[in-house]
Amino acid sequence: MTKIGLEIHCQLTKLESKLFCPCKADYREFEPNTNICPVCMGIPGSLPLLNKKAVEKATLIAMALDCKTPNKIAFFRKNYFYPDLPKNFQITQLNAYGNTSIGWEGKISVEDKEIKIRRIQLEEDPGRLIYEGATEKTKLTLVDYNRAGTPLVEIVTEPDFETPHQVREFLNILSDLLENLNVSDPGLEGAMRADANVSIEGGSKVEIKNIGSFHDLEKAVHFEITRQQSLAERKIEIIQETRHWDDGRKITVSARTKEEEAEYRYHLEADIPWVRINDNTKNQLRAQMPESISSKKERYVSKYGITSQVAGILSSDRYFSELFEKANNETNAKDIANMITTDIMGLLDTREKREMSKLEGDHISDLVEYIKSNKITRASAKLALDEVIKNGKQLSEIIEDLDLGHVSDEATLSDIITEVLDEEVKAVEDAKQNPDIVNFLVGKVMQKTHGKADPELTLTLLKKNLGL
Amino acid sequence: MDLGISALNYVSSIKNGEFTVEEFTSKSLERISQVDEKLHAFLRVNDLAIKNAREIDTKIKSNQNVGKCYGMPISVKDNMCIEGSKTTCASKVLENFIAPYTSTVISKLNSEDAIIIGKTNMDEFAMGLSTEYSAYGPSRNPWNIDYVPGGSSGGSGVSVSANECIASLGSDTGGSIRNPASFCSVVGLKPTYGLVSRYGLVSYANSIEQIGPMTKTVEDSAFLLNIISGIDSNDNTTVDNKNQDYLNNIDAGISGKKIGIVTEMTNSEGLSTDVLNATNDAVKTFEKLGANCEQVSLQMIPYTVAAYYTITSTEAGSNLARYDNIRYGYEFDSSGFEFNSYISQARSKLGPEVIRRMILGGFVPSAGHAGKYFLKALKVKSKLIAEINHVFEKFDFLISPTVPIQPFKFGEKIQDPVSFMMIDFNTVTANLTGIPAISVPYKITNGLPIGIQIMANRLEEHSLLQTAYALEKTVDLPEVPV
Ligand SMILES: [Zn+2]
Repeated sequence: MTKIGLEIHCQLTKLESKLFCPCKADYREFEPNTNICPVCMGIPGSLPLLNKKAVEKATLIAMALDCKTPNKIAFFRKNYFYPDLPKNFQITQLNAYGNTSIGWEGKISVEDKEIKIRRIQLEEDPGRLIYEGATEKTKLTLVDYNRAGTPLVEIVTEPDFETPHQVREFLNILSDLLENLNVSDPGLEGAMRADANVSIEGGSKVEIKNIGSFHDLEKAVHFEITRQQSLAERKIEIIQETRHWDDGRKITVSARTKEEEAEYRYHLEADIPWVRINDNTKNQLRAQMPESISSKKERYVSKYGITSQVAGILSSDRYFSELFEKANNETNAKDIANMITTDIMGLLDTREKREMSKLEGDHISDLVEYIKSNKITRASAKLALDEVIKNGKQLSEIIEDLDLGHVSDEATLSDIITEVLDEEVKAVEDAKQNPDIVNFLVGKVMQKTHGKADPELTLTLLKKNLGL
Repeated sequence: MDLGISALNYVSSIKNGEFTVEEFTSKSLERISQVDEKLHAFLRVNDLAIKNAREIDTKIKSNQNVGKCYGMPISVKDNMCIEGSKTTCASKVLENFIAPYTSTVISKLNSEDAIIIGKTNMDEFAMGLSTEYSAYGPSRNPWNIDYVPGGSSGGSGVSVSANECIASLGSDTGGSIRNPASFCSVVGLKPTYGLVSRYGLVSYANSIEQIGPMTKTVEDSAFLLNIISGIDSNDNTTVDNKNQDYLNNIDAGISGKKIGIVTEMTNSEGLSTDVLNATNDAVKTFEKLGANCEQVSLQMIPYTVAAYYTITSTEAGSNLARYDNIRYGYEFDSSGFEFNSYISQARSKLGPEVIRRMILGGFVPSAGHAGKYFLKALKVKSKLIAEINHVFEKFDFLISPTVPIQPFKFGEKIQDPVSFMMIDFNTVTANLTGIPAISVPYKITNGLPIGIQIMANRLEEHSLLQTAYALEKTVDLPEVPV
């Protein structure tokens, strides 16, 4: 049986500052080595100052993944030399010596399969190494410490996955969950990274590192299973090793350097006193915790009769489900949900568009109400949406501005109908035999009114004219 | 003008207009230039001292608010950062390190108008007890320059003892304030862990070390503790000093107090007869002052030095790992080195004692050996804490000699690292348990000082200083011969 386990690193990008200093948690806009201070550079005499908000956010993740959570936590030093580590140790957590990390023994269900979470820990991200022109001529390795100290949550699963597809599904669910918790923006470059370990029946465990994106992770796992299976078929031993994902060639390659038994000399980080997370704090956090995606979906289906598919799409997206909650006035929930998933999601399909958008919940509920009461056609509604997103004006104002309102004035409509009947002599004749042809005439009226004619009134008037 | 006056007397003299800050500062600088070639207390003297002194004089003359220190010259161990100036930890590795910020204790002294007169010599990275491990050469004991001044804050002890300044700040990881205080015949206080901010103190063993005052009198230590203690938003381990005035009622006496004489510290193998006699004499003094003295045994004491070196080496191995010469350090041609060999080369500038502890620190907490060494050391520490907590239910204070021996000659002890380490026998307990401890000058025997150590329960600095004051008032020691 194939066994796949994951180790996911997720930056808490929604925090203001780094884990132990006031530098920005979002380092992406900075010139190299400008988002730094004595603490995150490990200048002698500097001391780490714990960002308590990071502890809260990490606890939220642990709770959302059904983990056990401790009543107090400590931090540990993981000692090793690497140029991206300013102190040559990383401040992290450890499940040993009677201490636990911020969460352990959790679970999450993926495609009806339960994936167990081994542990969740809070730690600091190292800096970034940039291999500048790593050619024969210049073999410079540059270090940018802007990222050093960014709050990072490591989520380690048990090897419970059996297929690359399950891995992919899990990552999708996890991204949605982290976004829903408002702890991280998984869309940001480097905000979520993952390593995998893969083993097939009878083979040793192989670690795959250096996987740049979730999309590649699925591919890497797939490649690795195929590689291992082909070795097994040829009766070649699968050795325990670390392999790197070669992004260019889309294959895993042996890391070659023999991984020695890692010696991290873990010991307590005395500069950060124990942090108590008592029941009171936990209850407060639980109260703040947004509704889970699955219970949100469940609620949309059972309370509003929204289809399971639409409810699924809506609940897994934090932005659109919030928009739905704001627009929803309990009466038109289903129509509002449909409008968001069929029209609005397409119009606001990027982060930039969403950030620029002036669309409010009221606009949507108004629009649905207008359509229902035949004040506007669906076609006009789309035009109105476009406009609202741009300028955020009141719907009534936009309908006026763009002249999108229904032509429901009987006299005006009668004139247009007379015009149509004059032009469509053949259709008028046919309609007397075949009432379905009436719809064709309705369409012609619509054409002349640019889709604004009140469809019901038009039909009534046409029938009257034709003596049907 | 008496350069040997206490901090409190200095303040009143300035207030009375007996001399100006500039006069006192220039006399102190003169004294440094006269004696320090011989004593080597200082690694660097502050070029701006006279300028600072004039500024404070101007403030005094124009009746502006003047800080509590009134321009008194204070020296600081060279492991505390001052923005824009060198902090070397007496190591070649930090030969050119210029700190980008100022440590909290120095900011506090500055805001009380102290003059940081210079940075003092120490054992490299505070590892040692004689200053023989300074990369810039040892300091010498002003009582007899053939003898070590103690360490690691040896330069601080010498600078106060030889009247090169009024007071000093040292740091104490296993006795590094109290040991040179005892050897140089000055008062040295290691406060409760967390009472004084470590922000800006270059870490050696950060779970147990503290900054503390080294002064001419117990009152001066109280005076400085008033200034440097308290919660600091830059150090998460700091605790509230509850705005205590440690000088208040310092002469309250110790009548009725219960004092435990730590048996293991007064019958140890390495204890010198002269030191034991002085200690017994101090016990009698305490009883005369109305205290009840009684022997008390602490079972864990024999294991403390081993536990101390195991824990401190582990932490040092981690704290000193950053000196890889990548982000700061010294120039050397890096061509031909790959990463690991570059780091080895960079670290080869560390001195022998630091390298010894780096090796030890790589070994004792390692996966295959932690159970036998590091975890056992932690067990000793927690059992010792339990014992100390228990003992302080019955006793108000514990006493012992500060150091089992008197100052020794250069090179005399350094050859045998293990017996050298045993010199810390009486001092490490306060660090491992986080309690405050003070060394009070008690005797000069054979021309060399002996200090008595008093320990109290956590955050009991106030009563500890009262007791030290009571003892101090009974002794009359000769002038330093330098
Ligand atoms: Zn920083």
